[in-house]
Amino acid sequence: MGLRRSRTLEFLGHFSQNPLAVIGLGLVLMMVLAGIFAPVLAPYSFRAQDLNAVNQAPTWAHPLGTDQLGRDQFSRIIWGARTALIVAPATVAISLLLGVIFGALAGYFGGWVDALVMRLADIMFAFPGILLALFLAATLTPRVDNWLKSVGLGDFVKTGYASFLVVTMVLGLVGWPGLARLVRGQVLVIKEEPYIEAARAVGLTPGRLLWHYLVPNALPPVIVTLSFGLGGAIVAEATLSFFGIGIQPPAASWGRMIIDNYTLWRTYPLLVWIPGIIVGAIQASFSFIGDGLNDALNPRIGR
Amino acid sequence: MFAFLIKRLLWLPILLNAVGIITFALGLYGPGDPVEVMLGPRSNPEAVARVRRELGLDRPFFEQYVLYVDRALHGDFGESLKYRGQPVGELITKRLWVSLQLNLASLALGMALGIPLGILAAVRHNSWMDFLIVAVLVAIISLPSFTITPILSYIFAVQLKVLPAGGWEGLLSKKAILPVIILSVGPAAVFMRQTRASMLEVLGQDYVRTARAKGLSSRVVLMEHAFRNALIPLSTIFGLILAGSVTGSFVVENLLAIPGIGALGVDSLFSRDYPVIIALTLIIASSYVLANTLIDLTYQYLDPRIRIH
Repeated sequence: MGLRRSRTLEFLGHFSQNPLAVIGLGLVLMMVLAGIFAPVLAPYSFRAQDLNAVNQAPTWAHPLGTDQLGRDQFSRIIWGARTALIVAPATVAISLLLGVIFGALAGYFGGWVDALVMRLADIMFAFPGILLALFLAATLTPRVDNWLKSVGLGDFVKTGYASFLVVTMVLGLVGWPGLARLVRGQVLVIKEEPYIEAARAVGLTPGRLLWHYLVPNALPPVIVTLSFGLGGAIVAEATLSFFGIGIQPPAASWGRMIIDNYTLWRTYPLLVWIPGIIVGAIQASFSFIGDGLNDALNPRIGR
Repeated sequence: MFAFLIKRLLWLPILLNAVGIITFALGLYGPGDPVEVMLGPRSNPEAVARVRRELGLDRPFFEQYVLYVDRALHGDFGESLKYRGQPVGELITKRLWVSLQLNLASLALGMALGIPLGILAAVRHNSWMDFLIVAVLVAIISLPSFTITPILSYIFAVQLKVLPAGGWEGLLSKKAILPVIILSVGPAAVFMRQTRASMLEVLGQDYVRTARAKGLSSRVVLMEHAFRNALIPLSTIFGLILAGSVTGSFVVENLLAIPGIGALGVDSLFSRDYPVIIALTLIIASSYVLANTLIDLTYQYLDPRIRIH
């Protein structure tokens, strides 16, 4: 316990020495809090329109101005944080689950299992990611909507929240191959370690061996990748929404906010800039956190 | 190594078929009927049925696919559904050239900026210079392309009026400046990060310490001993970006009205122009496989410790 504790402290020490990582962590925490407390923090509802106050520049009543339907930008940014907070972890969780399962099996069993998984990953990589995501989302959206309506959830579809399911599923499916490769590589190295041989010698089943020894030890570089993945998922969601295929109105998403006002980019540039810059800031924060984690977890970097 | 090449080349047709079948299936079971898109929403059902029959869209899935592959092998990728009468091959080649010029110029500019900045950041590790370089480049690359494009267009085209806001007249025209700058940000940041990371790793190695201890000048140590070894991971990135340069940027080309592959991809996706989508996907997939093969071969050349099978 003592050893583990001092390692945690050492890790925190290294991480906190990186000012960018600390700033990034701060911004991400703000997003998380904004998302959780959106109903309390947002001065207006994300769907409240005021047609007497459209395209307003920032004022005291609307600190970030209003969009072309007179919706308060500040409130929509806060509600958009909630969207990102739901979509990004769910997406990454799906990719992680698939990536760890496929990667660990490929690395551990080798042979045809490995060949099959890696060739599958190859095929996924060969697709232009955004085109595949757009295509899948466009294919799945009407099906999921119809299915939800058929089980009596038509009202849920109308809220726009049904699109969260599609976006999460699509981005999760597109994202696993990179993680699978990473986990496979780690497992290939770790399975030659003496302690794994020892565990095998005392008769552990492959399942237990994978779950209790191989996967946990393969995780540190995966954690770094996940940090980048969370930022990437937020941008990917915004991109899908930007093409009109992601989060459906009236739900607020940062990408949706951009496309809703895109035609006004010359006359009311702030409507496009503010949500875009926020997406960028969050993505940058996750990159900085990832770098910080990498520096703190990677023993090969000289200090 | 010969066996490796054979293996890769045998894999290519399998991969292309897999990619082709998936795209084909998505097209067939996907949203929207291409014929309805083509003829408009209020077309009469008989006309729709007739056009479907003419295009062979009423035949079973597998038959359509085999027919497609057979024609494709003879260099015929079909006709665009949106631009009637235009062969897909012709449509794509023209645009491929535009995207290729644009992306290669951006890659060159990105490398010219990213690699020196990466070395600088690594040499000054943990100084304010290091943090500044990383912070600025990562912040810029983190902006989605649908944000940085309107921001730069607004500043340079709308406010300062020094650059045109869109269009394309070849790489050497003023219209190319904005897209090349926007598209070079990605490669610049990636090269900076990777150069910095591998330089940091290499600078901590014993042979670099030995070179320093021998009294070699820091320039020689940096360039001859450290940078050459840091190059290996850079070649991967170079290869991947190179492979991506046939893809075109879906967002930037679309927003700046550049007639490249990316704009065509988005356009054909929204008009359900499946012959174009499938051909594009196949081109992108083959360039990915070829680039990866090249990367592996380069690896072996750069680092004799690596043996490929």
